[in-house]
Order: sequence, then structure tokens, then C-alpha cells
Amino acid sequence: MQREQTFKLKKKPKIIGSYSIVGPKEGNGNFGDYFDYVMKNDCFGEDTFEKAERKMLETAITGVIQKAKLQPRDVDMMIAGDLLNQIISSSYAARAFQFPFLGVYGACSTMAESIAVGAVLVDGGYCDNIVCCTGSHFSTAERQYRFPLELGNQRPPTSQWTITGAGACVLSLAGEGPRVSMVTFGKVVDWGVKDVNDMGAAMAPAARDTLLSHFHNTKTTPEDYDLIVTGDLGKLGSEILIDLMEDEGITLGVNYGDCGQMYFRHDQKTLCGGSGAGCCATVFNSYIMAKLRDGQYKKVLFLPTGALLSTTSTQQGDSIPCVCHAIVVES
Amino acid sequence: MEDKKRNEAYNKYVAAKIPKTKPWPALFNSFWVGGLICMFGQGINDIFLLIFPNLSQQTGWALTLITLIFIASFLTGIGVYDQIGKFAGGGSIVPITGFSNSITSPSIEFKSEGIIYGICVKMFTIAGPVIVFGVASSMIVGLIYWIVGLF
Repeated sequence: MQREQTFKLKKKPKIIGSYSIVGPKEGNGNFGDYFDYVMKNDCFGEDTFEKAERKMLETAITGVIQKAKLQPRDVDMMIAGDLLNQIISSSYAARAFQFPFLGVYGACSTMAESIAVGAVLVDGGYCDNIVCCTGSHFSTAERQYRFPLELGNQRPPTSQWTITGAGACVLSLAGEGPRVSMVTFGKVVDWGVKDVNDMGAAMAPAARDTLLSHFHNTKTTPEDYDLIVTGDLGKLGSEILIDLMEDEGITLGVNYGDCGQMYFRHDQKTLCGGSGAGCCATVFNSYIMAKLRDGQYKKVLFLPTGALLSTTSTQQGDSIPCVCHAIVVES
Repeated sequence: MEDKKRNEAYNKYVAAKIPKTKPWPALFNSFWVGGLICMFGQGINDIFLLIFPNLSQQTGWALTLITLIFIASFLTGIGVYDQIGKFAGGGSIVPITGFSNSITSPSIEFKSEGIIYGICVKMFTIAGPVIVFGVASSMIVGLIYWIVGLF
């Protein structure tokens, strides 16, 4: 029997506001014109990158509350996550606001996870307005997962560039905006990929798993969506996903895209593209939401993937477990 | 069992799909940059011997190494060395300048965690293994040298 992974939301909560903030390199990328705020430098006026990441999240939350035409006292819950150990950026940002706080961790899939949880809470009538927020910072992620910034090493051709940026949105039943109609919570999938520089290949099977159960549960096909977009599979990972879906007899055509792959211009030298929790969060809350609002997209399937590894598990030789959560947003 | 087979097949498929680093351009760049660094070192050595003609060869070498380490450290600090490294790969890692870079870069990076727990603890996170292997192998070579000398 198929386990019920997909929730069809009866009241279809609306995304009444979205906000994105990115670093200078990201601002120069393909989505540059759509972001609400582009920072002048990566430090954002703080003395450490961790504090800069925290401030990005705070700015995104303040911005989204304003854009949704709400007051801070209207917010019933904040759901947030990031990539740092013990999700400190989100927790410290939550300290500044004094909202009830739910910290979630789905690595790079955190944006979809927080929206999915938030949408279910709003749909159930437990909360009126929920702020969902996710971010990542190149310099903090790099030092937690990889090497110091100034080390003169070469990046392997499969590596991706962690996005400096944060995205936030507000879910509510009142107001105007695109609606979240369905959410599919993913299972943890691990096909034994161990190369931490090849996250795309590790995460593609998770996206396949969630896509298959989503299509099965909702009885839809790729043609039913104007856009099917994954988070940060990158160039290699999205090609692998297309191949994997082809094996199952499902063709992902021109309406399929990957935020990470599309994020940067070729001459920005990011190899396989962008990655990180901020990658899909900033694209979703800027470009995709803009296109949904002006009606160019009617129905979007947003399914970012996350690699749930830590440096300890990698060093102990474990493979990379991955998860993928999907949400359907209709204009 | 079936999972294992699937994982093996998948990993094989991924390995075939991964973009490969082109070995010849990479080797060429690391060769000429590495060579240039070594030539630069030799130049420094010659200049030292020119200025101080009475310097012993040993001291000359030591001064050269110190100068190279300083220059690499400095270039790391102003954010130039990682650019060289990106281009040259092994060419800028193998000479002593790479070693200097691998010690300076974590020191800068972890400055925010304080002097003891940040700079001092993290300083050798990358260079540590090199030092361990250096000391261990010199001990083994010394031991062999001593044993050979007995006969």
C-alpha cells in the first residue's frame, strides 16, 4: 500500500508576501533583477560571516512582514532553518523577533519543508499568519563543510557554489497571493553516493522518489505543471534526474528547471551551479513568486532537495542520505 | 541485497557521467607556475648571497625559505594566493609557499573564534598531517640510518 505522503490542502493557504536578499555575486547572476535586496558585500556590516547570515535572515523577515502589510504582532509562528550547526542563524534571528519559533532542518530543502509545515498549520486553522524563512551564506557553509576561504585549492568540476542569500514568505488565509494547494513530504533516500563534491548525484534519487510519489498520489503528470523546479541539483544532478525519470517512463521536458543550475551566468565560474538552502529560497521568493503573481505561471511544482550529511558522517565513510519535499503553488 | 545492486549500478552510472578535469592543461599550468615559484626562490637565494657574500649556503637557504613563507603568507592575507591556487593547483600547493598558505588561511578564517580556540587550535587543521608525516618519516629514516651504521 502506498503510504500517504501527499496532503491536499482544503483551504489552500496563500503566500501573501515574499522577500529575498542576496550577496553581490548572486545579484550579478541570472535572477539579479528579481531580488528585493542585494548586499554590497558579504559581511553586511557585521564582523563575522555568521552574524551576517543571521542579519540576512532578520532583514528577510522584517522585509516580508512589511511586504505582506502586517505588523509583527500579527505573526503567530515563525518556521525557519539554515545550514549551520544547530541552525544557529535561524534561532538567533528568532530571538530578535519573539515569535513562537519552530526550527526545521532539511538542508537545502528547508524552504519547501518550512512552507509545507506552515501551510498545513494554516490550513488546519491553528495559525493565521506564519513566516517561513531560510538562508545560507557561502563563507559560513564553506568553513563548516569544506576549507578556509583563502586556501589555494582547486574546486572539482562537480562542485557547486553555496548561495549567500535568504528568502522569506508569509502564509495566510486572508489577503491575496498564490495558493499552496498540495504538499508532499519526502522520505530519506540514500543510493550510496559518498562524494561530498557531487551532491547533485546524491540528491537526484531523493527528487525522483518524491516526484514519483507526488505524481502517483495526485494523479498528475509533468504536463499539468507550468514549471517543475528542483532546488540545487545543479547541472549534473538535474541531468541525472531527467535520466532517472526517463527510466520510469516520465519525461521531464522544457517545463523542468533547477534553481542551482539557472542561478549563475556561465562566466561566473561556479562549475555545476548554485547550491545551499538560500539557493531555492531566494529564487522561489523572487522570480517564481513574481511569475506566479503576474499569472505567467499557473501551477508550479517546487521540490528542493537536501543532503542530510555532516562532516563527521563523511569522515567516517558514510554515504549521503538525502530528502526532497515538494509543494504545489497555484496562482 | 537489491538495494546494494541498485546503488552499485547507480554509482557506476554517476562515475561515467561526471565531468572530468582535463589533465593536460591542469598539469601544464601547475608545472609552469610551480617552476616559476622555485625559480623565484632561487633568485632570492642568489640575491642574499650577493648582498652577504660571507653567508654560508645553509643560512642562505634558511633565509630564502623564511622570505618565501612570508611572501605566501602575505599574499594569502590580501586574498591573492587562493587565486593563484585556483589557477595552478598542485603547482602552488607543493612548494613551501603552499604550506604557508595552508597555515595562514585557517588562522585568518577562525580568527573570529578567539586567539586560543580559533587561531591556535585551527592553525594546523590542514597542515597538521603534513607535519605528522614529516616528523614520523624522518624518525623512520633516522632509525634506518642508525641501523645501517651499526654494521
